[in-house]
Amino acid sequence: MTFDPLLLSRLQFAWVIAFHILLPAFTIGLASYITLLEALNFTTGREVYLRLSTFWTRIFAISFGMGVVSGIVMPFQFGTNWSRFSDATANVLSPLLAYEGLTAFFLESAFLGVLLFGRRLVPRWAHLFAALMVAAGTLFSSFWILSANSWMQTPAGYETIDGRFFPQDWLKIIFNPSFPYRFAHTIVAFYITTGFVVLGVAAWYLRRGRFVEEGRRMVSMTLWLLTVLVPLQIFLGDAHGLNSFKYQPAKIAAVEARWDTVNGAPLTLFAIPDPKTESNRYALDIPYLGSLILTHDAHGNVRGLKEWPPEERPPVAINFFAFRIMVGIGLLMLALVVVSWWVRAGRRLYESVWFLRCCELATPLGFIAVIAGWTVTEVGRQPWTVYGLMRTADSVTPSLTGRDVLISLIGYGIVYLIIFPVGVALMARLVRIGPFGAGLEPEPVESGRPELPVRALPSSGPEGLP
Amino acid sequence: MNVPMIDFVPIWTAILGLGVLLYVVLDGFDLGVGILYGFTVNRVWRNLVMNSIAPIWDGNETWLVLGGVGLFAAFPLAFAIIMPAVYFPLLAMLLALAFRGVAFEFRYRDSPHRTFWDYAFSIGSALATFAQGIVLGAFIQGFEVSGRNFAGGSLDCFTPFSIWTGISLIFGYALLGAGWLVLKTQGELQEWARRLGRWCFGGVIVAIISVSVLTPLLDLDIAARWFSWPNILYLSPVPIVTLLVAIWEWRSLNNRGSEAGPFVGAICLFLLCYIGLAISLWPLIVPYKFTLWEAASSPNTQAFMLIGALFLIPIILMYTGWSYWVFRGKVRADIGYH
Repeated sequence: MTFDPLLLSRLQFAWVIAFHILLPAFTIGLASYITLLEALNFTTGREVYLRLSTFWTRIFAISFGMGVVSGIVMPFQFGTNWSRFSDATANVLSPLLAYEGLTAFFLESAFLGVLLFGRRLVPRWAHLFAALMVAAGTLFSSFWILSANSWMQTPAGYETIDGRFFPQDWLKIIFNPSFPYRFAHTIVAFYITTGFVVLGVAAWYLRRGRFVEEGRRMVSMTLWLLTVLVPLQIFLGDAHGLNSFKYQPAKIAAVEARWDTVNGAPLTLFAIPDPKTESNRYALDIPYLGSLILTHDAHGNVRGLKEWPPEERPPVAINFFAFRIMVGIGLLMLALVVVSWWVRAGRRLYESVWFLRCCELATPLGFIAVIAGWTVTEVGRQPWTVYGLMRTADSVTPSLTGRDVLISLIGYGIVYLIIFPVGVALMARLVRIGPFGAGLEPEPVESGRPELPVRALPSSGPEGLP
Repeated sequence: MNVPMIDFVPIWTAILGLGVLLYVVLDGFDLGVGILYGFTVNRVWRNLVMNSIAPIWDGNETWLVLGGVGLFAAFPLAFAIIMPAVYFPLLAMLLALAFRGVAFEFRYRDSPHRTFWDYAFSIGSALATFAQGIVLGAFIQGFEVSGRNFAGGSLDCFTPFSIWTGISLIFGYALLGAGWLVLKTQGELQEWARRLGRWCFGGVIVAIISVSVLTPLLDLDIAARWFSWPNILYLSPVPIVTLLVAIWEWRSLNNRGSEAGPFVGAICLFLLCYIGLAISLWPLIVPYKFTLWEAASSPNTQAFMLIGALFLIPIILMYTGWSYWVFRGKVRADIGYH
């Protein structure tokens, strides 16, 4: 039995990136939220913000640790499994990754230690500053890695010599055509994802009558935030889609399951795309809406997949369904936010059982939408690693055998299936314990540090409960 | 972007060299602490040992990312050849680091499985170290190359020599870890760290001598570089200073008054081995195939990164130093309550 090292390498990359992206999707929003809570505590002096900040910092510690260990894996994937891609693109892409390390990773890791363990060792302003630096680090990191990813989607500012890419204009490389859209869309997605987790946890507390003050504060804050971000995200998503339509029309054709180029294309709500017959089965179409969305003109021209030879088309069904999952979730989120206005106006935000129940159920929605959206952006780029210029098949390491990659894929499979469920279970346990222990973690009694430093941990596990 | 006619390769060699050295010393000591963790005898010690590195391990490991990405950025051809050549050691290292990294948090939060995460931490640390040692050994032995690609098999990197360098590195990191624990602990635990440190020291001395003898046997050019006249004269300070540092390290490990000595001595031993290796392989980055200049990225790429690196690395060293300063002094268990 032979295994295809290309297919297995792709599966492996999909596996490690899919798990990894769930962590930044949560920690980027959470780092900013913790900074906000710390700042509110610093300025208002109210205890509830400190309790909330301490609570979420405990959860942040676990998720950030998982993000770090799954993140270290990523740059090595480039070298081990995609060496030809690395050789061809290094001159353009590597500085973006290097800048990510220099501007973000060290900032995050150095100040994370102070954030987690240093509350009693440094002045309050320095602790707040540490939180701010961790949050800034997560955003810098997204900036660079999304710039690199966007360059693979919409390459610019380069020249090609002997099949390798060389830089010509760094500003064009960094701010390549799809980058501003992808960056905005992704960051807002991550903030929303975190927002729905905080909302779900708070709703759960309120419904059980536990930690009521904290729960109310979180529900109220988060719903105001989502009121701004969810509509903004739909707007950004539309703008990003138009950008892809301009630069990656084949991706959009796959997303919409459009086979023929037409003026006045319908919007296909549901279908089973069939690449063999180059048509859709069981299609449910709304006339003209497709053109209206993509060109903002009911009779606008939309290019179909048949314009590209079959070997240059991305997989249709995966893009089609992943996109619909993402958009469907976006609409669900919008519905929840709109309902929240009505419930809030009726002053039942903290009591309405059915509404709080809906908020709980919405907790994982952001993660699903992020995975679906990431699938669209990456699978839609196929069959290219550098869009239109370098094929995925020409990117893989030539020395690898199928057996090699099968072994490594099984290794990543087993290890991630141990680490990730345990991490999620431990975070769930922290949520069940709740924002306890305001009195357990006092502010520094003296302004200086204790005589002999380094108390170890931000807090205890359950056995440390009073 | 107009690139001035400067040769950036020596600058990037220095930066990457510094980055890898910092990684080896920094993550070296906390991996070493993880290895020694497996030999602790009670939970109070385990808490202290882990707490001594909990706030800083993440920053230390970041240098690994910088090393990997730095190689990709400054010498991409070396990255594209070496990474596939050490496919399985890297896989083992990454998976071991994952287990070990999450153990810091999981161990406290998951008390029913604390023993499991204790093992994950110490075995993960040892396995990651062993894998790095194999990478080192494979690097010294060189790779089979065709064109711009690695042409050998994924198991070629496992040789008796690379297995031996793997074991050697375990002793080396453990010695660094013992030095760190002597610095950060007191009383019985510190005595214990000194005792284990002496055992590691023995292993390190055997390792340094054997690898120093074996490396020139691998390649005639390396032998000629060290033993030809007048090189032997210029290079003789390296083994002589190593000998002196080794004596000092041994005395520090045995001298109760020396708190920082074992750690500083171990760092100096690593530095000297590093210099010795650099002398042997200079100017090759893919040993026996490509020089630093042949594997370098374009001047435009190197120039663009240099702007940021020269500005950011001093800042990084500054705030990293600050975070070490915040957690200075001896670790204590009695202040915590987990």
